[in-house]
Parts: sequence; C-alpha cells; structure tokens
Amino acid sequence: MTATQIGWAGLIGSFALVIVAIALSFTQRLQLSRSILWASVRAAVQLLLVGFALRLVLDTNASVWWAWLWVVIMIGFAGFTIGSRAKEVPGIFLLGTISMLTVVVVSLSVIFGFHVFPVEGRTIVPLAGMMIGNSMTASVLVGRRIVGELSEKRDEVEARLALGQSWQDASRPYVRSALRTALVPQIESTKAVGLVFLPGAMTGLVLAGVDAVDAVTVQLAIMYLILGSVATSVTVIGLGLTRRVFTSDHRLRSIERATH
Amino acid sequence: MGPARIPAENAELLAFDGVSFSVDSDREILHGVSLSVAPAAVTVLAGPSGAGKSTLLRLGNRLEVPSAGSVRFRGEDTAVVDPRELRRRVGMVFQKPVPFAGSVRENLRVGAAQASDEELVRSLERVGLEGAVLDRVADDLSGGEAQRMCIARTLLTHPEVILMDEPTSALDHENRLGIEHLAKELAQEGIGILWVSHDLAQVRRIADHAVVLIDGRNASDEETAAFLEQGMSEEEQ
Repeated sequence: MTATQIGWAGLIGSFALVIVAIALSFTQRLQLSRSILWASVRAAVQLLLVGFALRLVLDTNASVWWAWLWVVIMIGFAGFTIGSRAKEVPGIFLLGTISMLTVVVVSLSVIFGFHVFPVEGRTIVPLAGMMIGNSMTASVLVGRRIVGELSEKRDEVEARLALGQSWQDASRPYVRSALRTALVPQIESTKAVGLVFLPGAMTGLVLAGVDAVDAVTVQLAIMYLILGSVATSVTVIGLGLTRRVFTSDHRLRSIERATH
Repeated sequence: MGPARIPAENAELLAFDGVSFSVDSDREILHGVSLSVAPAAVTVLAGPSGAGKSTLLRLGNRLEVPSAGSVRFRGEDTAVVDPRELRRRVGMVFQKPVPFAGSVRENLRVGAAQASDEELVRSLERVGLEGAVLDRVADDLSGGEAQRMCIARTLLTHPEVILMDEPTSALDHENRLGIEHLAKELAQEGIGILWVSHDLAQVRRIADHAVVLIDGRNASDEETAAFLEQGMSEEEQ
C-alpha cells in the first residue's frame, strides 16, 4: 500500500470521526444525529459512484470524449442546482447553465491554450469540476442578491428611470453592489490561503506524496482559475439577469410577477 | 424602425384616452379613464385611497403600460416614442422623497450629467434651496429639503409636465404648503402639473382643474360634486 491508499479498513476507521460527531450531537441534544449519519452515508455513496465512474473515464486507454461528456453533465447538473436554489430568480436555470458553460469554455481555453496542464481526461474532469463547483455557489449568491437589491431599491431604480436613464444606467449601482458582494468572499479566501487553511488540491497532493512546492504551484494555478471562473460566472449571471428584470422599453418588471 | 420623435409643440400636452390597466388578466385596476393635463396649470387627480390614482400617474411616463386605451404626449402615442425622451419631458416626483446615495450634486446630475455647477445652483434656488447644499450628503437632508431636491433633480431634465404622486404626504404642514406653493409657481412658468391627492383641503388650495377618480373610473359630474363637497363639509368641521 502506498501513502495515497487508505484502503477499505482505513475508510471504516475514519468513520469513527463521524461517530464522534454523532455522539456530540446526541450529548448536546442538537438533534442532528440523523442528518450527520445521512450526510456521511450519502457522501460515501455519491463519491464512490463518482470514483468508479471516474476510473472508467480517466483510464488512459479511454477516449478523451468521455471526459468532455462528463463535463457536459456537470454543467447541466450545476444549472439545475442553481435553478433549484434560487427559485425566486426569473429564468435562472437557463442563465445558470449559460454561465457555467461560459466559465468552462473561458477557463479551459486559458489552461489548455497556455499548456498549464495537458489535455487529458485526468485534468479536464477535476479542473472543470472545481471551477463549476465554486462558480455555482457564487452564481446562486449573485442571482439572489441582484433580485433582492432591485426589489428592495425599486423606488430608487424607478426614480432613475423617471429621470430618463436607460435600464442599464438605472440598475448599475445596485448590480455593481451585488457583484461586489458575490466576489468579495472569493477574493478574501484567495488572500487568506496558506495562512489560515491549506486548500484542498494542495492537501491532496501533499498527502499523495508530491513535493510541497510543486503542490503549491498547482494550487496557485487552480486558485487563479477559480477566481477567474467565479468572476466570469458572476458577471454573466449579473448582466443576463438584470436584462431579464427590465422590459425593452426600460420598465422594471414586477419581480414577484415575473417568477410566476 | 426607431421610436417616433415627439413633436416639440402641440396644443395637447398630455392626454389619457380611455385607459385601462390590469395587474393580471383577471384584476383590472383602471377602467377606461380619460383626462388631459393642461399646460401652465395644476390639474389635481383626486379620489379616495385605492381608486387607482397613482397607477394612472405611472402610465403618464410609461413606468407602466395600459392594457387598453392610449396615453398621448404632444399628440404622439407614448407607446411608440422613446421612453427615455418621454420621461425627460414628463417628469415625476414620488410620494416619498427618493435621494440616491452620494452628494446633492451627484443626485442632481443623474438626469443632467453635463450640467454645470451654476445650472445646479439655479435649479436648487428655483425650488427654494440654497446652493450651499450641493456638497451635502443627500441622505442627510430633512424630508422637506429632500423632496425639494427631488423636484430640482426633475427640473434639470427640462420637463413640460411633472407628475406628482402625493408629494407632500410624508411632510409636515409647513413643508406641505411650501411644496404646494412651488407647484403653483412652476405651473405659472408654463409647466403642466398633474398632482395626485386624496386630501380635499389640499385639492381646494391648489387645483386649477380637478379630476375625480372612483374605483378606477372617471367619477360622474354628480359624484365629483359630492366628493368635493364632502371635503368642504370636512373643512368646516
């Protein structure tokens, strides 16, 4: 067994930690025991299924097209997740899917265009997954935030329209504030990296026995990528969504009505 | 085809012609309302709360569109003109003052990006504020000052009509009279004012013309007389 393999026994051993969490929930009467157990088992089943599927996709003999198919499924699933988490946002499913697609196209073009990583199943799938995952969270946040800002500040937006501003100008201050809110956490975590926590990819590489400095360079490339992906998805969602809540003759739609 | 140009001069200023408005297909708020706004006069749109007065006003600058009938500005259907140009020529003052974040100067420039400081000061003086407020934070103004600033902001787009949606309802008595006086002055300068009010004493103070709306329709002559009379008897009490 190498350093990277923990084996079934190791996995079961680590499950002891879940039992600790359940025990804490029980003694503190948090009523979370069932949720913790369910989450742990669900994670295990999901990840194992993914692991076996990935084994097929990442097989060096397998066609790279399987990896691309995997990415397409991830994009669809992310669009669906964004749609279900921000139901109040009109047309969010389509926008979310477009935004994820843009993220993947832009960032993978950069990565593979500049030969940061080779074009292989084992690079395509995890890189796309990491970008989509992070962008998905930011997309939900920015979608909700824009709808919130524009309905909360409806008076101001309409006062601006009443002064003859276009919908683009009238919405700009509020959309800008929503975009900032969605981007700041990503910028903050980029700043704090290494000082506060060791990010996932690097942890994984170090555990797998890769030299720490090599692990850092990979991690840095990934962090820049995530930052770019989050910024791209937030902007696509922001602009697309704002367009949808206004009519072509510069009126702010009733957002509650638009969601029906 | 681009939006039609609004003719510069026309006898008819702003006219609502058999206008209906529905929120959903089954809920109609306005039923075939007609009225016209005269130049150089204060036209008051009166009626009990919930009669659809504010909704009608919002059709005047196309913040809403009618489900039937038409709104014409200078004889041109507002459905075919550029709403941005329409809104500059048909200004609107809201019920509560709406200051934007930033200074008074920044607020005034929202509708008049190119205006010089002198023009801004002139506009402030026209509404009874001093030029010194230019550098103040708009949110720090009192209610009366903020509403005056909003009127100055609207005046900077050189409107020919100003739609005023109960603009004094959030103000104290003194400021209420001040804004009423200002509206009369603006009317004397040639602007057509359409002022929404449910305060009958106010209607009697400012109206050159009064149109009464009841349950989303034009009141009959008898209903109008009865509604305005009720105000007089309330005042006598």
